[in-house]
Amino acid sequence: MSDFRGRDVLSIREFSRADIQLVLRTAKKMVPIALGEKRSRSLEGTILANLFYEPSTRTRLSFESAMARLGGRVLGFSGVEGTSVQKGETLADTIRMVEAYSDAIVLRHPQEGAARLAAEFTEKPVINAGDGAGQHPTQTLLDLYTIWDEKGEVEGQTVALVGDLRYGRTVHSLAYALAELGAHLTFVSPPTLEMPHEILEHLKEQGLSFRIAHRLHEVIRDVDVLYVTRIQKERFPDPQEYEAVVGSYRIDTEALREAKRGLIVMHPLPRVMEIAPEVDRTKHAVYFKQAFNAVPVRMALLDLILGGSE
Amino acid sequence: MRELRVTPIKNGTVIDHIPAGLALKVLKILGIGDSVTSTVTVAMHVPSHAMGWKDIVKVEDRELGAREIDKIALIAPTASVNVIRNYNVAEKRRVTLPDRAVGILRRANPNCISNVREPIESEFVVRSKSPLRVVCKYCDRELEEIVAHIV
Repeated sequence: MSDFRGRDVLSIREFSRADIQLVLRTAKKMVPIALGEKRSRSLEGTILANLFYEPSTRTRLSFESAMARLGGRVLGFSGVEGTSVQKGETLADTIRMVEAYSDAIVLRHPQEGAARLAAEFTEKPVINAGDGAGQHPTQTLLDLYTIWDEKGEVEGQTVALVGDLRYGRTVHSLAYALAELGAHLTFVSPPTLEMPHEILEHLKEQGLSFRIAHRLHEVIRDVDVLYVTRIQKERFPDPQEYEAVVGSYRIDTEALREAKRGLIVMHPLPRVMEIAPEVDRTKHAVYFKQAFNAVPVRMALLDLILGGSE
Repeated sequence: MRELRVTPIKNGTVIDHIPAGLALKVLKILGIGDSVTSTVTVAMHVPSHAMGWKDIVKVEDRELGAREIDKIALIAPTASVNVIRNYNVAEKRRVTLPDRAVGILRRANPNCISNVREPIESEFVVRSKSPLRVVCKYCDRELEEIVAHIV
């Protein structure tokens, strides 16, 4: 029996290298089922509760698809309108109620730490599907899967994280996990949106080296994976400054002129202006594949946690 | 007649080895204000072999609870707490900084679930003891200005 059975998925930092590798290998086996080429009933008779306290398209639908592909059922809500939450029910109470109706709980919530609190109030496994500006571990797993699947391994790859590296905590989680798996990190951002000091310190303490750049063209020749994040308008008091910054980090075919042949461009989506549509037609673009990978990766997690393969 | 600077107490608590200058903060933690009914003696900037200078607080007719001692540990990890009964030291306790501060620090992050109306106590994990650094168990954010957040 795997250690995963009944396990909570709250933060990627609770995953060891071996844990991550198990998820990636299991996800690979799920691909034909995710594509509808093979059938599985491994989670038949199990019920997943999808509690989405704020809207989400990709995450919610991919969990639903993952559960359906494995023969399980999904119940839940998307947005709190019309639920007992609106009447003022605490998260703790909602969780204790939903626990009785399901075998595992997926939670998206606007407050940081919500999934950890939920896990304290139920014996059933809780999967964090994003808690405000906090953690989003299943996103990190599907990002890692995409790199592993496209490049053959994560170790030794030079991964450049580009854009807003300061405020996005998912990019912080990704940096930790990539470092854990032995990738070489390059951080490309405007000076005001650099990776926070404590994360750089943590990487140094682990004996890991990384590179910091403010311009993409300084590093593009050395990069195997370009992970692009959205730069949010709210971060800039001056709209003109925002436009200038966004423009200078925009990925188009010109920006990729000196890139390695095998470079892959990733983005968690939705994108706004960060990647020009002309890049979609190049073999560098893997962001739609990355969005598909959400399904086999979430299938792998559900199967490991709910013990479908046992 | 020789005047004693600090007289012995019959029953109560002596908090010794407080870092010099922090006695008033200890009083604040103990909730000692206008409504106190027993005698409280504060000695500030007292010579100390071990520490150079220290503060001492004596509170008569009161013994401290575990939570109060944990709170004192947050600001004065060197302090010792002596319980006095009938002029004798009945118990001598060194404060120890807990690994987790439960219910003794106010939450600061408005976006944290623990700050919403949920049936839980605040809980901070001690990341480093010197200098003292604590992070919220729920949102994983570090609490700045720890002393100002003691309940």
